[in-house]
Amino acid sequence: MVDISYYILLSAVLFTIGAVGVLVRRNPLIIFMSVELMLNAANLAFVSFASMHGSLDGQIFVFFVMTVAAAEVAVGLALIVQIFKSRHSINVDEMNSLKG
Amino acid sequence: MYTPTMLLAILPEILLLTLGVILLVVEPFWKAENRRNAGWLTFGGLLAALLISLLFARPADPQTVFGGMLRYDWYGFFFKMMFLFAAAATSLFMMDHEKLGRRGESYLLLLATTLGMCLMASSADLVMLYLAIETTSIPLYVLSGFMLDDKASTEAGFKYLLYGAVTSAILLYGFSLLFGFTGTTNLDTLGNALAAGPNMSGLVFGVILLLLVGLGFKISAVPFHFWAPDVYQGAPTPVAGFLSTASKAAGFAVLLRLFFAAFPGFASWPSILAVVATLTMTIGNLLALPQTNLKRLLAYSSIAHAGYALIGVVAFSELGRASVVFYLLAYIATNLLAFGAVMAFSRITGSDDIKDFSGLSRRSPWLGLAMLAAFLSLAGMPPFGGFVAKVIVFAAAVDKGLYVLAIIGILNSIIAVYYYLNVLKFVYLYRMDGENEEAHPIPLTRPYAIALVVLAVGVVLLGTLFGPWFDWSNLAALNLF
Repeated sequence: MVDISYYILLSAVLFTIGAVGVLVRRNPLIIFMSVELMLNAANLAFVSFASMHGSLDGQIFVFFVMTVAAAEVAVGLALIVQIFKSRHSINVDEMNSLKG
Repeated sequence: MYTPTMLLAILPEILLLTLGVILLVVEPFWKAENRRNAGWLTFGGLLAALLISLLFARPADPQTVFGGMLRYDWYGFFFKMMFLFAAAATSLFMMDHEKLGRRGESYLLLLATTLGMCLMASSADLVMLYLAIETTSIPLYVLSGFMLDDKASTEAGFKYLLYGAVTSAILLYGFSLLFGFTGTTNLDTLGNALAAGPNMSGLVFGVILLLLVGLGFKISAVPFHFWAPDVYQGAPTPVAGFLSTASKAAGFAVLLRLFFAAFPGFASWPSILAVVATLTMTIGNLLALPQTNLKRLLAYSSIAHAGYALIGVVAFSELGRASVVFYLLAYIATNLLAFGAVMAFSRITGSDDIKDFSGLSRRSPWLGLAMLAAFLSLAGMPPFGGFVAKVIVFAAAVDKGLYVLAIIGILNSIIAVYYYLNVLKFVYLYRMDGENEEAHPIPLTRPYAIALVVLAVGVVLLGTLFGPWFDWSNLAALNLF
């Protein structure tokens, strides 16, 4: 039995990697992957806390999070395709027609 | 364990869903030239849902239903009625929008996001709360990027989605830690477990920051406001109006309930929120000053208004909570009126630059009057709703001895008067090029006329006969937890 704190530490590391990825990367697909990493870090924390407390609430939460993440990515990819059609580039630095 | 109150608790949601299904089934059979009627159907349905809920679904004593997932109380009910009203007004504004008006899906997405907001206002469990927030957000991402052939709209939708996805992931991590500390996802027991458990104020402080990121995005508080101006400018104007009112109000509904339920004993969060409120007001107002696009100006003004409403949250009292609820009510009516007037104008002229509003009062006196009511109310002038709302919020702050915050709020409203009156200067004092305004009238279609009249009357009523409205806000605030 591995101590619970290792799981929490791993989830914190994953969350940080995801957050840094969102801030540093310029390709929206990679940014989405980083967001997924952040969500899965939260999932890992939920599952390990659930096993610590012996309660199922955290496990159920994870199912809902996975569903929501899929829906979010579906909308995101649709928008990326549309932006690529009109601009032939999906670099987030070039999405600067709105500013001021 | 079925009881009839369970159905009454979600009656507005059931009606919304029924309306959505009817819309989905009926709309494809209509001829292309009749598709605009989907807007009348949505408007009528929302109005019916509002009336039926008001007649039959008024809550008695607060209680939790569906295994503690939802709370059936006046607080949630009052917010639900606000969302239904805002959605009804927005459906009218959408009808004559070139890209949204004849598409059944746009109304369906509006109903879906309203459904999510209703659940946000009444959820009493972290699982429900997260799902409700996402049910609200995802249709709004689609609606913001709805005009697929318009570069600005897709860009707005994408930016909104990116900010939304990242901040909701941060919020979720906060939820997971909260669950870890207490072993429960129920808001009622969560607060008690945090208070009874070992002293972890440092860790809880971190969790509060994580939650603030997620909710600060929803209410567009500084420093999570960067998306707001871009999205409001790029998104279809009716959607921007809905985003800046109902979506923000839903964020406040969650913020109040979550913080009052989970962290009543932690003195640190009102002081964090006081800093956020000060920054939000000041930065929102200062950045609004140089704007030349009216939708961007309204975006920065809506950021500033989130700051004023936060003052009521910081006051951390019953009056404070009631003042926030009343503020949101007045703000929803006022800002929808402002966005509606901009929409009615830019539909004809194709522009939302402030200088193109020159001579509007001669081109369409009634539209000019609607702009006057909306912008004076935003500026906080009597006899409009915005004045009473500001007075009550500042009163709540003074009542708790937060004099500095109240003074900052008042100074900020003075700055704001400048840019609101600047817009009215173009509308009322300046003339069009060539001074032949009579040759360029701005006709109002029936949906716009109905919505603008109702909203303008509402703004005046909120500012003159504010007694009953404030009593209801008070009732909602008493029932919070």
